[in-house]
Amino acid sequence: MMAATTLLDIKGVQTYYGNIRALNGVDVTVKQGEIVALIGANGAGKSTLMMTIFGAPRARAGTITFAGTDITQMPTHEIARMRIAQSPEGRRIFPRMTVMENLQMGASLDNLKHYDEDVEKVFTLFPRLKERIAQRGGTLSGGEQQMLSIGRALMARPKLLLLDEPSLGLAPLIVKQIFDAIRELNRTQGLTVFLVEQNAFGALKLATRGYVMVNGNVTMSGTGKELLANPEVRAAYLEGGHH
Amino acid sequence: MAVTVSPERDTVATPMQRALREALYAGAISFGLFVLFIGLKTGQNISNELVLTTRWGLLAAVVIATAVGRFLYVAYGQPFLANQKITDVATGLLPASVASRFFQLPAFIVAIIAAVLLFVFNSSLAGWVGAEPAGYLQFLRALAVIYVLACVIYYFRAFIHANFTKLGIAALMLYPILVVAVLSLSAWSIASGLQGSLKWVDNFGIQILIYVMLAWGLNIVVGLAGLLDLGYVAFYAIGAYAYALLGTQYGLSFWILLPAAGAMAAFWGVLLGFPVLRLRGDYLAIVTLAFGEIIRLVLINWREVTNGSAGISGIPKVSFFGLMSFNVSDPNYIAKVLGIAQSGAYYKIFLYYLILGLCLLTAFVTIRLRRLPVGRAWEALREDEIACRSLGINTTTTKLTAFATGAMFGGFAGSFFAARQGFVSPESFVFLESAIILAIVVLGGMGSLVGIAVAAMVMIGGTEALRELDFLKQIFGPDFTPELYRMLLFGMAMVIVMLWKPRGFVGSREPTAFLKVRRAVSGSFTKEGHG
Repeated sequence: MMAATTLLDIKGVQTYYGNIRALNGVDVTVKQGEIVALIGANGAGKSTLMMTIFGAPRARAGTITFAGTDITQMPTHEIARMRIAQSPEGRRIFPRMTVMENLQMGASLDNLKHYDEDVEKVFTLFPRLKERIAQRGGTLSGGEQQMLSIGRALMARPKLLLLDEPSLGLAPLIVKQIFDAIRELNRTQGLTVFLVEQNAFGALKLATRGYVMVNGNVTMSGTGKELLANPEVRAAYLEGGHH
Repeated sequence: MAVTVSPERDTVATPMQRALREALYAGAISFGLFVLFIGLKTGQNISNELVLTTRWGLLAAVVIATAVGRFLYVAYGQPFLANQKITDVATGLLPASVASRFFQLPAFIVAIIAAVLLFVFNSSLAGWVGAEPAGYLQFLRALAVIYVLACVIYYFRAFIHANFTKLGIAALMLYPILVVAVLSLSAWSIASGLQGSLKWVDNFGIQILIYVMLAWGLNIVVGLAGLLDLGYVAFYAIGAYAYALLGTQYGLSFWILLPAAGAMAAFWGVLLGFPVLRLRGDYLAIVTLAFGEIIRLVLINWREVTNGSAGISGIPKVSFFGLMSFNVSDPNYIAKVLGIAQSGAYYKIFLYYLILGLCLLTAFVTIRLRRLPVGRAWEALREDEIACRSLGINTTTTKLTAFATGAMFGGFAGSFFAARQGFVSPESFVFLESAIILAIVVLGGMGSLVGIAVAAMVMIGGTEALRELDFLKQIFGPDFTPELYRMLLFGMAMVIVMLWKPRGFVGSREPTAFLKVRRAVSGSFTKEGHG
């Protein structure tokens, strides 16, 4: 199941907000074809790591390598052009643009070359979006916005999909739908996914491997099953938590 | 609603009680507001002493009018409006039931007859009834014409709604011809028709279209890309001075300098764009405001080149594509070439079509760009910059192209302005101009070309129309100059539009990805049995 090549390699990354250090030398690897989950509490630095991969904020130390290329100092839009797509925290869809236009924006990289084909794929994955096609993004429900955000990211034909808290603020049924879709993408298209989650149970069940982050450090890592079984992880993130 | 619970006290008040109370409040507020404004008047007597005149009667009248107005509104107006469905799509402005009562065929016919009669006997009216009533009759005539036009619009509202853009362009194309025709007919002479058309073509037509073009240009920066630019007039100034200086110093033709002025303004747009790339919202607004002022101060102080606040005069006229000239002394003067009577109106009419062409170019480019990747990127940038960047859009070039494109149209408008005036000075490029252009964009509905054109027509046409209200002098005395109240009109229009339509005249955004997709959707819906 696990392919050998490393797609994303994060080594010793330190990120600061002003003088405050948010990441203290983080090491994370994502291999081709994996779903990797990063779990942790609020303020642990999960989203910061996600944003650091995209160079905003930029890492002050350490290197980020994607498919053999050092992307640490690249401008954000160049990083995106390496075929890393992101569904950012808070979804960040374009609220006044229609579902259609949002998807078009995702395909800007290729100048809409594979547009029709890819739109069909997104609609197969999320039939709900097809019903909302001419509606403005801001009028969608939270779950639909999340679907749109993921769909928009997929339109760029990414090699690596970054998902920042896709379950945030959604009903359990919708969360399940979205996690199923991610699993489906990974299984059928071999898409590599790196996701950040607070919903540790769902994320670890979905993931091939997982990392646990505390106060800007990665404290634990292992396969999804190992982490789910780990007593510390259970105590900190699973028991009494939401799942 | 028969019974209303008043929020202040937990008692049940009937609409009448509520209306009385609100009327009392309104009266008190207007008394507080106007006691110093209207109640007291300061003046000087012959020995330069301050004299305080009291005008309690006028104050009482204003306060009573306010209270009565409020009472009528709360007691009758509000329940009436609540009963009507105001969301009437067909008329847009009025509920259908009110409109059908207001626009009636007999009244329409009477208005037409009244207007025609008053037009025909215009010249002899003053002799029959005296100067003062004749002034009122002219006002009545204007009202009748407005009513007739409103009726026509009402009767054909569905057709107008469906073909608004085409009708608008056709009306703009025919406007000078119609003006000349109507005036020639009413005076029974083509010469005086041409002479009379000057005011209508120049003050209304060209003036409004310049602002339409400027607002459409600014719309690219503010409406599409979402970059609040308070110094847009700087590009207008750059375009105007580019034509003024190069035209007077080197004698280059307008047709060479028009693109040059646009390019120069675009260059300055990029120059302004670079330092403000990281700024957004209010910070960007301040820097662009400063940029506008810097340009104006340079124009004032760089006397060797710009001739300071005295400005540049003798700017060459535009030629008819080099074939015919509009200078009477030239051998190829248009009237000599075509063998027609001399008139200044030809130049104005030509300028009208020129600015109309420039406007249509702006609209065309804007519409096309919105469907291209760069235009889509502008709109996405307005919505969410971070999302844009993570989708691989280079926000730097996107912002710079928005600044450059907007500035280029400002430059075009500027060089046209210089050619039309024949004179430029820094006076024309003050901050107020930027504010007016921005106000037009906001009132029209950011991003909507039609809305902005309507807003420009109302705002600029409205201020020009104020000059026509001479009969008001008979009411308020000879010192009354209605055009001084145009800022008041601006402010009032702003408040009314923002209350009535907070997103501007046309607040909805036209999607750009539509046709191909819509067909795809309806097709698949039929398959699934939904349609």
